[in-house]
Amino acid sequence: MLAKRIIPCLDVNHGRVVKGKKFKSIQDVADPVELARRYSLEGADELVFYDITASSEGREIFLDTVERVAEHVRIPFTIGGGIRTPDDFRKVLLAGADKVSVNTAAVLNPTLISEAAGIYGSQCVVLSIDAKNQGDHWEVFINGGRTPTGIDVVEWAKQGEALGAGEICLNAIDADGVKTGYALGITKAVSQAVRLPIIASGGAGEMVHFADVLEAGADAALAASVFHYEQIPIPTLKNYLRSRGLIIR
Amino acid sequence: MIAIIDYGVGNLKNVRHVFKLLEIPAQVTRDPEVIRAADAIVLPGVGAFRDAIKNLKKYELIDLLKEQANSGKPFLGICLGMQVLFDKSYEDGEWEGLGLIEGEIVRFEDVPKIPHMGWNTLIKKNDSPIANGIGADSYVYFVHSYHAVAKNPEDVVFATEYGTKFPAVVQSGNILGMQFHPEKSAEVGMQLLKNFKEMIG
Repeated sequence: MLAKRIIPCLDVNHGRVVKGKKFKSIQDVADPVELARRYSLEGADELVFYDITASSEGREIFLDTVERVAEHVRIPFTIGGGIRTPDDFRKVLLAGADKVSVNTAAVLNPTLISEAAGIYGSQCVVLSIDAKNQGDHWEVFINGGRTPTGIDVVEWAKQGEALGAGEICLNAIDADGVKTGYALGITKAVSQAVRLPIIASGGAGEMVHFADVLEAGADAALAASVFHYEQIPIPTLKNYLRSRGLIIR
Repeated sequence: MIAIIDYGVGNLKNVRHVFKLLEIPAQVTRDPEVIRAADAIVLPGVGAFRDAIKNLKKYELIDLLKEQANSGKPFLGICLGMQVLFDKSYEDGEWEGLGLIEGEIVRFEDVPKIPHMGWNTLIKKNDSPIANGIGADSYVYFVHSYHAVAKNPEDVVFATEYGTKFPAVVQSGNILGMQFHPEKSAEVGMQLLKNFKEMIG
């Protein structure tokens, strides 16, 4: 049986892992390669690395980090942040990434999804969506959650699937960093609207949150600080999820 | 030395790196001389079947790979590289494969999500040295939308269940295929590749 996945997310700035809160107040926590190795040994199913540096100099350091991760980690990992062109895909895939996630650039230029899927295959194109609850619907935000787009999240997910994305990472930006649980409703809605695997992101604070969102239809649950600060050890989490009847590696 | 076939389909770096970790000399190549001199062949690949076949033709590798497969040296196809070992694929049309293992490649039907992406278990079907040390319920990492249907049940070493039971590891003599990514499948993947190393001798 296909297992539900647990995915630690590492924000990388100038070669260090950081964890923001609601995209603000950044704090340095660790060496990304060391942390990635630890998570891999503890049973993480995949890893996600976001490049949160903006400078071209920072980009070179980041690509070096990606190469070191690929050398030391034997589980799949996704790279996101600053991916704007098929050539950006090429660089991180050549550095050893398995998948590449696109967010703002895909909203501004949806053909990026079809172009990248055409060249590198759908399996490596992750459409990352920052979603904000607007009462009667969920709206897509871009630029790190700062800019509203007027686009409906479910519609964008469907369009992403049609363009050739292979997976969707749904990040509820209200829930991000506040640890009150994943956004179950929108996760369920997107999961039912598309046939792609869904990674739920944003809001993990307790083990029950992971179980809830995986039962709501997510194929994977992503989290950062609960893992970085060792509030929830991955082996403990996985045992708990098994006890809830979920299929876990 | 292992020849990792470079035919412009996907990233070969992770495959090369994992053989380095296992201390098996490996060379990424499409040079016929190097391929003929190799002790074993690894055919990786991600993406579309049509592109894989098109590129194998472009680099004049089809006959060479068939010749190498018939020479008896261990030959491992990974992911799309496994699919092209079969007779035929129905991915976006109908495409002829290398015909080294009897069977066809078809799309997943009646499954909730496509691609089949993530960790799934290996179900033992037939004994083989490639299965040494692989316990029940061992997980490996898959990402694919099409799967093989093997004509001969005895060619299936491990199956995996996703909507249907499909071949995860196939073997016909010296020809081996793995639908998942052993290079990304943590300890289980390493064990499978160690077993492949043993077959090379």
